[in-house]
Amino acid sequence: MWEYTDTVKDHFFNPRNSGPMQDANAVGEVGSLSCGDALKLMLKVNLETDIIEDAKFQTFGCGSAIASSSALTELVIGKTIDEARALTNQDIAEFLGGLPPEKMHCSVMGQEALTAAVAAWKGEELEEDDHEEGALICKCFAVDAGMMERAIRTNKLTTPEMVTFYTKAGGGCSACREPLEELLADVNAAMVAEGELSAQEAFVFGSAPAPAPKPKAQGFVIPDLPPPPPVDVVPEPIAIQPLKVKPAHAPKLPPAPVPIIEPSPKGLSPAQEAIAIARIIEEMRSVFKADGGDVILMDVEGTKVTVEMTGACAGCQIASLTLGGLRKRIREELGRDFIVVPTQTA
Amino acid sequence: MEPIYLDNNATTRVFPEVVEEMLPFFSEQFGNASSIHAFGEEVGGALRKARKSLQALIGAEYDHEIIFTSGGTESNNAAIRSALSLNPERTELITSTVEHPAILSLADWLEKHEGVTVHRIPVDSQGRLDIDAYRAALGPKTALVSFMWANNETGTVFPVDGLAELAHDAGALFHTDAVQAVGKVPIDLKNTDIDMLSLSSHKLHGPKGLGALYLRKGVRFRPLQRGGHQERGRRGGTENAPAIIGLGKAAEMTMATMAEDTARITALRDRLEKGVVQRVGHCFVTGDPMDRLPNTSTIAFEYIEGEAILLLLNKKGIAASSGSACTSGSLEPSHVLRAMDIPFTAAHGAIRFSLSRETTEAEIDRVLDAVPGIIDQLRDMSPFWSTEGGKAEFNPEYA
Repeated sequence: MWEYTDTVKDHFFNPRNSGPMQDANAVGEVGSLSCGDALKLMLKVNLETDIIEDAKFQTFGCGSAIASSSALTELVIGKTIDEARALTNQDIAEFLGGLPPEKMHCSVMGQEALTAAVAAWKGEELEEDDHEEGALICKCFAVDAGMMERAIRTNKLTTPEMVTFYTKAGGGCSACREPLEELLADVNAAMVAEGELSAQEAFVFGSAPAPAPKPKAQGFVIPDLPPPPPVDVVPEPIAIQPLKVKPAHAPKLPPAPVPIIEPSPKGLSPAQEAIAIARIIEEMRSVFKADGGDVILMDVEGTKVTVEMTGACAGCQIASLTLGGLRKRIREELGRDFIVVPTQTA
Repeated sequence: MEPIYLDNNATTRVFPEVVEEMLPFFSEQFGNASSIHAFGEEVGGALRKARKSLQALIGAEYDHEIIFTSGGTESNNAAIRSALSLNPERTELITSTVEHPAILSLADWLEKHEGVTVHRIPVDSQGRLDIDAYRAALGPKTALVSFMWANNETGTVFPVDGLAELAHDAGALFHTDAVQAVGKVPIDLKNTDIDMLSLSSHKLHGPKGLGALYLRKGVRFRPLQRGGHQERGRRGGTENAPAIIGLGKAAEMTMATMAEDTARITALRDRLEKGVVQRVGHCFVTGDPMDRLPNTSTIAFEYIEGEAILLLLNKKGIAASSGSACTSGSLEPSHVLRAMDIPFTAAHGAIRFSLSRETTEAEIDRVLDAVPGIIDQLRDMSPFWSTEGGKAEFNPEYA
């Protein structure tokens, strides 16, 4: 678990100024559900004095996100809009007695919401608001160049990892790693020129080792599958398929143990058990058909039941239900365990 | 107020009887089982007994099919590396997208550095394996298939014995990471096609730092760790006697009461889920309702975030865990929930409650009393939640 300061804990467990505000006249919203955190900052600004008389927040996020939002409202109440505009994420983090580095993006979220609210009050267009192609650097977490530059400058960030900790940019698919490093190098170079940063500290593009690419989940395309057979609407009479002779399999590696056919605990003969299994499958077919597929009993050999699945049943939805659910039913009815195996679809 | 521990898929409390069984092997019975004298002899006998107990729990045909290791991760590494190195003409590994990192990060490494082709079979929204994709991936190049028996986050059970038969039909070996399944569901390996199985002691009320690899008799094996003749030369290193004896006792105890424990734990788990879903709303249980571990329940709460829920639960003395990004230090929610395509509205708010045979009805009722207030408190704070209950209008500038 994270090492949160007592102030962070206090502001999480007892958040100040949380909840909606009906008469807000400046609102800033940042984040999204997919990003994992979001903040709506609501301000009541005195029309004559420009003083923020009240502030409320609504936050979706972890403990430090809620604490940062609470801290933000405490920081802005009583300040003028221009004073509030000067606040940075560092002020939020300091107010809380510090945040773990991986959680600094929570304080940045607070600053971003404040920037948005102030811009709304002033009637200014947010310069980053155009979101043109290219302006958005990290698509996973919707981080644009303007927000990253502010975070880099305010916090004097000099490594790609720290940029990720503070803005989340690059923390998802890492496809934006290169533009992120490029931007970091450019901003650092500008900061050196302005005397904000020493040349030794500045990040140089290409100096960080490339991170390991995240493996992509592999899907499979099964070429030219025949279309699923039409689903019968009229329920069919119960028809028990003739038991097929088990086809000779390729020699198994390693040899499978010789199945020991134990007598049925219910005193049924193998044929009676097979008939019972056929009946169970017939009973369950209506369920499979409702899902657009079908299951046919092919063989019962000892305690192994072979079934053929067609239509939607051949896919994963019903296949594992067949293997798991059907097996349970058979176990319940016959009092012992059977293995249910689907045949290779022809 | 007594704390409530509902994080038994992370680790379990060592049974007091297990501790008692272990203690003499730290003090008076300290011998090395390999020694010829009386000190060693006593330990050797106790180790044999423990091995038999574990053999019974997993239904292995022979006790020498069990190789003690340092834990589930070592067992997984040993199984996968052995299968690949003994079949050099077969260079492909099949696994799933929802495995534990003990499998996935090894698979990533093998793919990147050792020329192994890895097929990661996807799952559906209930965490069930795509059998068609599995069949399509199987082939003459498949060296090994490794699927978990049960998922640690959702409890969804894979039909491993059927999957093992398919692997054998393709001439491949089959391994299962059964760390979450052993002790929770009946396992009878002698009647399956499974070649290798990994298990971990501390998930079934045994000590930490110990696991085992089941290796079916006749399956070739190349040791990961070479050394002395221990474990028939398949895993060198002096046996961790106290831990092995502890695991033996835990296996014995688990087996003796598994049927009644399963019924009781399932009833408690269902009581928890029904109660939460009824009282809270806008939440759902993840995983396969037809085939799930009896003790595991992951409930996804919409419009709120998991770490915040855990912190508030913890304050009320309730220990659970989450697939949320914020608790792990990564920025994205759990790979299991993402593989299942659980919407982001809920994936960030997924909480796992994992019960054990020590969980009581009174504890579940206390959780049911605590959860609705916590969820309400956080939803009242969430910009995605309107005070009328339900989704709020929220259109942030940067999203």
